[in-house]
Amino acid sequence: MLYLYDGALNVPKILADWYTQEAQSNYGAYIPFVGTVRSEDGIDGLSFDIYEPILNSWFATWQKKAHEKGAIIKMAHSRGDVLLHESSYIAAVFSPKRRVALEFIDAFVEDFKASAPIWKYDLKDGNRRYALERSTAIKGSGLLAQ
Amino acid sequence: MVRVEFLGPIQKDALELEITDLSQLAAILQADESLHEWLTNSAVALNDTLISSLEGSLKDGDKISLLPPVCGG
Repeated sequence: MLYLYDGALNVPKILADWYTQEAQSNYGAYIPFVGTVRSEDGIDGLSFDIYEPILNSWFATWQKKAHEKGAIIKMAHSRGDVLLHESSYIAAVFSPKRRVALEFIDAFVEDFKASAPIWKYDLKDGNRRYALERSTAIKGSGLLAQ
Repeated sequence: MVRVEFLGPIQKDALELEITDLSQLAAILQADESLHEWLTNSAVALNDTLISSLEGSLKDGDKISLLPPVCGG
């Protein structure tokens, strides 16, 4: 359950929709993480590019891991521009017990940061600047420089 | 023909190349000065699966993608 949206996420609606979707699923824990754009370094917002084919397969791998623990993951992300104090990312784990969900959301979000094919740009003074210094090279990078 | 796509912030149009392996691709891309930094920090996917080796051959219709450093969220 991966949801991509153009622009900022409607956080209250998405969280409520997900709650409703699983309200009768007998999960004891629903643990969401919401990422919100903060004001720093004079930016006006952030912007995102996504490569969906590999994002979909990366997410499917994590969903399989979740299922093995009796859990499920839902994730929403923005494409394009997201302004200050708006949100671009929601991840949530539903599981029978809280411990699995707490540990899983941590591992999932960390790998999301390191591996999901999404590129972030700062919006500043009308320009869209790639945030290279805050980005992480995917494991195995540099193959074609050899 | 093999298609080579440069994703995200790499500002370069896709290439269509007559190549049969990834070593040939590496040589072609290394000759492009504008790609030097991207080659050192980008991951490589063959037909949308990340790869970890230049071994193996390419066939007509294959797609190579270069994925520079990521930062979702």
